[in-house]
Amino acid sequence: MKHIFKIISLLAAISAFWVGLLQASIIPRTHTWLLPIYLVVSLGCYGLLMVGVGLMQFPTCPQEAVLLQQDIAEAKGFLKDKGVDVGSD
Amino acid sequence: MAEGEWRNLGKNKYSIIVPTYNERLNIALIVYLIFKHLRGVDFEIIVVDDGSPDGTQDIVKQLQQVYGEDRVLLRARPRKLGLGTAYIHGLKHASGNFVVIMDADLSHHPKYLPSFIKKQLETGASIVTGTRYVKGGGVHGWNLMRKLTSRGANVLAQTFLWPGVSDLTGSFRLYKKSALEDIITSVVSKGYVFQMEMIVRASRKGYRIEEVPITFVDRVFGTSKLGGSEIVEYLKGLVYLLVTT
Repeated sequence: MKHIFKIISLLAAISAFWVGLLQASIIPRTHTWLLPIYLVVSLGCYGLLMVGVGLMQFPTCPQEAVLLQQDIAEAKGFLKDKGVDVGSD
Repeated sequence: MAEGEWRNLGKNKYSIIVPTYNERLNIALIVYLIFKHLRGVDFEIIVVDDGSPDGTQDIVKQLQQVYGEDRVLLRARPRKLGLGTAYIHGLKHASGNFVVIMDADLSHHPKYLPSFIKKQLETGASIVTGTRYVKGGGVHGWNLMRKLTSRGANVLAQTFLWPGVSDLTGSFRLYKKSALEDIITSVVSKGYVFQMEMIVRASRKGYRIEEVPITFVDRVFGTSKLGGSEIVEYLKGLVYLLVTT
């Protein structure tokens, strides 16, 4: 099924659960009304956390730039000998 | 590679499509590096040049003298016509049963081509995509802002699209030719959203997708800015993919 339907079903299930909580009154009503807000805020915080963690762990490869320069020099040397114009950029 | 894998390799031909625009020097370097790293592999390089004014096509012709016109193919177009159509154009001339797409500016290093091929042979995957965001991969040449937008975009895409790959906008990929032909016909986006749509549609269609780590050296970044309009384009693309795939 289309992805959007999966998302809608998930939201529908969560909503049904929430309505059930409201009716069953296990948790005080005032708290239950606020649950969706708690959920959205938690998701937002989780998202920001993921961005932050990802940013800190962002894989870098400075040595690759050096290796690339070596490869470029090697390539230029070979191609020049074979008559390919490797002059300009 | 293991003995059994080399046997399988013999039956496969890899068509490497490289779209170019003003890549006079880089195309020569890339061709050299591909030949260096794919010794013993049956492949062809298809250069789709969009009428570069800097003489890229002349360089390709020189390369054909060195490496052979059957290994280096020039399939040019009159002017800039977009990346998606460049792939489609290249596909029409591809004689391999596998297709590799890669950028011409050396951000994608041909030394990873053997690992793409190996991964595909090991797993039988329909698509092998390079990822910059896992251990063993990486990016060089991005400042903090660029990394932040990349990471933020990735988290958004993962949250809403559940794509099944870690690097959605990457364009260093190996496809089974039949898979590429099937997916590319249903893709309508442009730019980097095109790459996202390709991989998301492939995922929805049930194609097996594997990833290999790649390093990405961005030497061009300084000249192009990632501004507000790019961000809006991305968000529009995300919503489009959310609703139509």
